[in-house]
Amino acid sequence: MTPSLHLWLLPLLPLAGFVLNGLWGRRLPQAMVSAIALLFPLAAFAQVLWICTQVSSFALPHVERFATPWIAVPGFHANFSFLLDQLTLVMLLVVTGVGFLIHLYSVGYMAHEEGYWRFFSYLNLFLFFMLTLVLAANFLLLFVGWEGVGLASYLLIGFYYTKDSAANAGKKAFIVNRIGDFGFLLAMFLLIAHFGTLSFASVFAAITAHPTMQGGVLTGIALLLVLGATGKSAQIPLYVWLPDAMEGPTPVSALIHAATMVTAGVYMIARTHVLFDRSPAALTVVATIGTATAFFAATVAVTQNDIKRVLAYSTISQLGYMFLACGVATYSMGVFHLVTHAFFKALLFLAAGSVIHALGGQQDMRTMGGLRKKLPVTFWTMTAAVLAISGFFPFAGFFSKDAILAATYMAPNGGKIFYAVGLFTAGLTAYYMFRLWYMTFFGAPRYTEQPHEAHAGHGHAHGVHESPWVMLLPLVVLGLLSLAGGWIGWPTALGGNDWFGHFLAPVFRDATANVQLLHAEPSAGLERMLSVVSMLAAAIGWFLADQKYRRKPLAPEEPKSAFSDLVAHKYWIDELYGAVVVRPLLAFSRVALAGAVESGIIDGTNRAWTRIAGAGSNGVRRIQSGNIRSYAGWLAAGAAAVLLIVLYFAHLY
Amino acid sequence: MLNASILTWLILLPAIGAVLVLLLPARFARGFSLVLTLALFVMALHLPAHFNYSQTGGFQFQRDILWITNPAIRYHVGVDGLSMWLVVLVAFLAPLGVLISWRSVGERQRAFYSLLLLQQTAMYGVFVALDLMLYYAFWELSIVPLALLIGIFGRSGSGRSAALKFFLYAFIPSALLLVGMLWLYAQTGTFDLVLLRQQLHGASTGPHAAGLWLVSLAFLLAFAVKAPVFPLHGWLRDGIQEAPPAVAMILAGKLGLYSLLRWHVELFPTEAAHVAPLMVALAVIGILYGALMALVQTDVKRLAAYATLSAVSFIVLGIYSFSAASLDGAAFQILNESISAGALFMLLGILYERYGTFDMTRLGGVAARLPQLATLFVITTLALIGLPSLGNFVGEFLILSGSFSAHPALVAAATVGVILSAAYMLWMVQRVFYGVPSNGAALTGTDVNWRERAAVWPTVALMIALGVASPFWMRALDRSLPQVAARMAAVTAPMQTASARLYGRTASAR
Repeated sequence: MTPSLHLWLLPLLPLAGFVLNGLWGRRLPQAMVSAIALLFPLAAFAQVLWICTQVSSFALPHVERFATPWIAVPGFHANFSFLLDQLTLVMLLVVTGVGFLIHLYSVGYMAHEEGYWRFFSYLNLFLFFMLTLVLAANFLLLFVGWEGVGLASYLLIGFYYTKDSAANAGKKAFIVNRIGDFGFLLAMFLLIAHFGTLSFASVFAAITAHPTMQGGVLTGIALLLVLGATGKSAQIPLYVWLPDAMEGPTPVSALIHAATMVTAGVYMIARTHVLFDRSPAALTVVATIGTATAFFAATVAVTQNDIKRVLAYSTISQLGYMFLACGVATYSMGVFHLVTHAFFKALLFLAAGSVIHALGGQQDMRTMGGLRKKLPVTFWTMTAAVLAISGFFPFAGFFSKDAILAATYMAPNGGKIFYAVGLFTAGLTAYYMFRLWYMTFFGAPRYTEQPHEAHAGHGHAHGVHESPWVMLLPLVVLGLLSLAGGWIGWPTALGGNDWFGHFLAPVFRDATANVQLLHAEPSAGLERMLSVVSMLAAAIGWFLADQKYRRKPLAPEEPKSAFSDLVAHKYWIDELYGAVVVRPLLAFSRVALAGAVESGIIDGTNRAWTRIAGAGSNGVRRIQSGNIRSYAGWLAAGAAAVLLIVLYFAHLY
Repeated sequence: MLNASILTWLILLPAIGAVLVLLLPARFARGFSLVLTLALFVMALHLPAHFNYSQTGGFQFQRDILWITNPAIRYHVGVDGLSMWLVVLVAFLAPLGVLISWRSVGERQRAFYSLLLLQQTAMYGVFVALDLMLYYAFWELSIVPLALLIGIFGRSGSGRSAALKFFLYAFIPSALLLVGMLWLYAQTGTFDLVLLRQQLHGASTGPHAAGLWLVSLAFLLAFAVKAPVFPLHGWLRDGIQEAPPAVAMILAGKLGLYSLLRWHVELFPTEAAHVAPLMVALAVIGILYGALMALVQTDVKRLAAYATLSAVSFIVLGIYSFSAASLDGAAFQILNESISAGALFMLLGILYERYGTFDMTRLGGVAARLPQLATLFVITTLALIGLPSLGNFVGEFLILSGSFSAHPALVAAATVGVILSAAYMLWMVQRVFYGVPSNGAALTGTDVNWRERAAVWPTVALMIALGVASPFWMRALDRSLPQVAARMAAVTAPMQTASARLYGRTASAR
């Protein structure tokens, strides 16, 4: 018997949890629902750890597939096949590890919500699709996970479906993602047309076999995949759904809209890097999108007052960094940032959830303040996360963000511009994160102790209090990871050995082989200098936030300027899309299609038919020639007569 | 042997049942129909169980007897991989149709179930007839019960006009179809599908080429109306809007689509190849037109009608792209579309039974009151919008990817339908099910009962099965459709060389 890692079991574990809770959760006691919801993801995490211990005896990449194909027609074939390599392993650890912690947290956070079982069945469903996504060994199976996580996201954003804003946000997320999926689908059609297969191994082997294959159709495929990635990973131009997605319960924002699902676009680009390596044009597009999004979203984050929306824009901005890393062909650094971001952003959301929980559902930072003493664990863990995302040594974000900025600095083709914007954005990041930190935890309390009834969904809260241990434990674990999680990628220039980069190197080996993309490694001295510069940027950001928000935490009304107005309204992008796409499309459908074509031409033809039929029956009566062709008319007239009798004289029988 | 008589029993028993229902006391009508349709479903399962999956091409379970000597009309029935699954599909949907009509049809139950059973006979007949005249008899028979059902059991006063519209649309082209058939008989002396296919081989360049062209167009028109293909969908909106759920489930799609494939593409390959660019263009227009129309409806049944137009157009695209993958996908998609749209119409019927309206502006917040109905509705929606892991995705994907090489720009446009379908379906789900119960109506009503669950859950189970285990069905489909693709490739190859010469290009290397 050949050794097997039983990869098929991995996604099926949370699927079992989904089925059990989905079908019978309504009737089960809450403790049972929690047990089911926690055990299956925990088992998946355990299996991933087991895989880690076994993996050394396997040749990577390691593929396992079902004997029966999923789709098999002449000219096209798709299997249920799972792929394990170093990149998959990293993703699996993040998805099941962080995923389990957030499940645990949710047990406390959602304890008093209606539809508890429904929430956890959706959460398990999400894990099923996410694991399918990262394990898939072909584009089509990846697409199953890709759309599946979108479905879970739709269901969880719209969890409070009686709220119009939540239902709208869920729908918007799905449709905007579908625009991206349109690109993904076309990319797959092109792949089939040119390679006859969607298996990663076959496609990449075909490309590798032709060293001269460059640009052209590969650029087309890569750009279409990028369209898909901008949808899932909330990049310009399709980022608009993510801020609205904050309508979902906060653990959902942490798991799906920060740590895992939204990074799927980055994962996909890294997974298909062989395509991107052959298309400098596509890479430049990725880098440009990433840089623009990172900067753009950071400026919006500065103006938001809803704690979750600040974090949402911050997520978009950080995903921009990951795109930037991929765009300069340093995929392993993009994945590195993906990992550290999963730690600190999940923590930020969970800590924000703890604050919201304590305040009985309040999300507006203008009504917070002074919570440092009341919520000590939340405060200290959040502090670790804020330091991490701002990029302070030795927190996790420092290592990954610095690696990206250094690589960008060395990149050919406009790397310096990307670097400058990325550096400025790093400063902005520190500014808006410390703004959040000060507004929430410092200064005089601005919240009112809510009366018992007003705690929307958190009715048990008696005054402001720290969360239960089941919520705090994940915070502490993620806090430690936000501190130490980056040490796995400690660069050699700073005395480490960049274990993470070496670990992923086999996956991205070809990336550096491409002559066009070969850029020099920064010298140790330069890298140290760049680190100092980016720390300096973060420190300036902190300093400015400190000046503005520590002393007088409630910002005074700012003098209105055209620009600040523009930023505060998120650059009117939602309105722009509505005016340019949605409304013209509906108007066109109503006026041109429903009005002119359907009422005019189609229904007009109907009326003509009726008239012709009337005239035709007269004609038929006159030509009773016995000719065989008149049988048709006879049949028609006879059947029509039966019809008329039955219809209009039905009362006779 | 049962193998030789099974198809005859499937045709005969519903017709006998249709008569018996009229003789029985009215209170037994629905029970009798349920038992009979269930028995027929079990019988139909004999087909996939005994199908010879290694036989490529040709027909199985055949029965071929001379019926009328002059003109030579034979009772020739049989199925191949394609029609076998369509027969099983018909048999599967029939008991569900009975279950969903259980309460909603109150008066004249005997007439209703009698017509429904007669319709079964007609549909089985259409799918298994291999003699053109026999086929035509069933084709005509399939029109009348549907028209009557819409007319008598339509939900509002305009049922009669909808029925008349459907009847005229279906019937007038059928008269042309008959003329074409008789012309064919005059030229070839046979009505038999297999013989006709042989005799018409190469006839497109013969002395009767012009006549053949006209005949093929007559066939095309009759089937395209029934599918329907844009812009021949004039009957669809009112028909579906008025039809009771059990009728809406079988009104559009499979009969016309199957006929296009078997009696247009297979019978007139050269003519079909010539008309294919037009059909592909109309299909893509239909996909987008149907989707955009669905986007601006406020009546859920109308929305479903336009969604049906869009879904059917996908299949037409697959058929007229002629690649093995697109044809397999199209055939597979007929199954998916019938099942998922069937589920949708059943669920809309359940909704209507409770609230008496299809007007979205008067519905809202239903999920809070009827969570199980909402769950089933969302699953059906996901199937309809092509969520991967459910059946429709596999069909749609094969159609689009299989058509892409031949028509990249048009397929790209058709793929936009994927975005639009998500938009209008999720919009409908939100308007009907989400939000706060907005009016008194939404506060009443009970959730789906055991009978309704028994009707809808089997479709849900199949959506999943079709989505993850497509080879189970594809195995049989794949015995027939790639041959059609091969024949079409042989026909179109000289055409492409000619047009390439015309435009000074070399034929694409792929």
